[in-house]
Amino acid sequence: MQIGIFSVGDVTTDPTTGRTPTEFERIQAQVEIAKKADDIGLDVFATGEHHNPPFISSAPTTTLAWIAAQTKNLIMSTATTLITTNDPVLLAEDYAKLQHLSGGRVDLMMGRGNTGPVYPWFGKDIRQGINLAIENYALLHQLWREDVVTWKGRFRTPLQGYTSTPRPLDGVPPFVWHGSIRSPEIAEQAAFYGDGYFHNHIFWPSTHAEQMIRLYRQQWEKHGHGPSDTAIVGLGGQFFMRKNSQDAWKDFRPYFDNAPVYGHGPSLEQFVDGTPLSVGSPQQILEKTLSFRDYAGDYQRQLFLIDHAGLPLKTVLEQLDLLGDILPEMRKGFAEGRPAHIPEAPTHASMVAKAGGGKDSTVYAEADAATGHRAEDLMEVSA
Amino acid sequence: MTSLVVVSAGLSNPSSTRLLADGLTSDTVEALGAGVEVTTIELRDLAHQITDHLLTGFPGVKLGEAIEVVRRADGIIAVTPVFSASYSGLFKNFFDVLEEGVLDGKPVLVAATAGTARHSLVIEHALRPLFSYLHAVVVPTGVFAATDDFGDDGLDRRSARAAGELAALMGKASAPAGSLGNRRTVEDEFAEPTPFDKLLRQASGR
Repeated sequence: MQIGIFSVGDVTTDPTTGRTPTEFERIQAQVEIAKKADDIGLDVFATGEHHNPPFISSAPTTTLAWIAAQTKNLIMSTATTLITTNDPVLLAEDYAKLQHLSGGRVDLMMGRGNTGPVYPWFGKDIRQGINLAIENYALLHQLWREDVVTWKGRFRTPLQGYTSTPRPLDGVPPFVWHGSIRSPEIAEQAAFYGDGYFHNHIFWPSTHAEQMIRLYRQQWEKHGHGPSDTAIVGLGGQFFMRKNSQDAWKDFRPYFDNAPVYGHGPSLEQFVDGTPLSVGSPQQILEKTLSFRDYAGDYQRQLFLIDHAGLPLKTVLEQLDLLGDILPEMRKGFAEGRPAHIPEAPTHASMVAKAGGGKDSTVYAEADAATGHRAEDLMEVSA
Repeated sequence: MTSLVVVSAGLSNPSSTRLLADGLTSDTVEALGAGVEVTTIELRDLAHQITDHLLTGFPGVKLGEAIEVVRRADGIIAVTPVFSASYSGLFKNFFDVLEEGVLDGKPVLVAATAGTARHSLVIEHALRPLFSYLHAVVVPTGVFAATDDFGDDGLDRRSARAAGELAALMGKASAPAGSLGNRRTVEDEFAEPTPFDKLLRQASGR
């Protein structure tokens, strides 16, 4: 079972002090949070991707590379990578490069993004959201698995004998999750490829997650990847804890009441009751988290959102300390009653082992087909 | 069992909007004959949850149940008070939070109340286009009642005529799900997902 955190990267005013962090402070805070996650023994740090204020989560592979350089075991991931508006050719390069730099500590999660205007910023049409997600991912999938790709599609220029570099580390592409709250097409896509499916499982009632996971597991089996309970499922979650339950409620309430997504709507009590949000003592957070299995089945990855709504860095780090305290019990709880045939989430090491060992997949270029030049020739010319 | 759902946006209790809704309901039940199940949704009781839904994107338990009842309705009676030359905001918000396709092909009787007859064209200028947009089948007779219409024979006659039209549409035109055009709802996708090779072909416009 992988346990980790995911960050939207929002710059939000702390409603208790009226102070808003600068971009610099927030970007550095995200790095501190990820390093702390590594320290307390979490498995995954995932960053969102947004291209507008109030977010600092553009250029995700830059952030992840910087964090990877300063952590030991943490897997770098995304929540989510915009497969709709990013060029799959660039994604193939960026994340393969991150694989090489981090020694394989990388996977990623595909999503469509949560704001309409992002589509035209990158020259795309929001009405084609699902179609972009499907065609772009099909190309990305191919670029990581075939050294030379000739491709033609609807949303970008064709490719002729194109090789994406660097080739995936050890010849094994990063594992991919597909995230979606309520689009059955995405559950079908994840199942078709035998990829992971992640439900963000925050802000909305758990019935949404349950319905999507059920469809994904059913289609996983139908597409021949194995029994439905061996599908690779990830869930989000959100908690706020203090040693005493009352303190948790008191301290979190102003952040909840003013939060960008759900603030000024339902009460904290209604939200805790109706959604996966848990607020309370460490023991209460532990119990609610372990209850997710009641409707998701035995699953592979649990990520928590802990650094949003203006919570200051100090509070977030305290939350991680408390999570670290209950982490052994949480792992034990997830392992209890888990049948032996339920797989773990694929990692670089497990995928290399499954492929029968790593192989270097460097593509050494022959002379340029158009000019007849080789790289060495050009270097001699410029010298 | 035929399901008739009544949506009433009256705010006071008792309200003339509810009074009109009840009159239309009993006329419709009479026109339909035996085997009708009536569910009345008072939007006032759901006002907070409707606002929360607008803010959070998902319904609370009671609102979720109300939406489900509307989804399964064979026919709907929708009644609103006139506020500032149109339906009330609460009335509109309820229909705003329904998912696309929920009203596809459903017979809907529209009705409104106001203080004076000067507002009567709200039926034609506001309610009818709203439900046409939502792909409902709006019965030809809409019913408007000003305060002084209550107790007047004319209102009873219009009510009976509209109810008869609704009953006829519920009998003849209650289209089975998905028979209107090719729209697939989210529910359809969960029940029977589009095969991936078809999604791939659609994505590439082939």
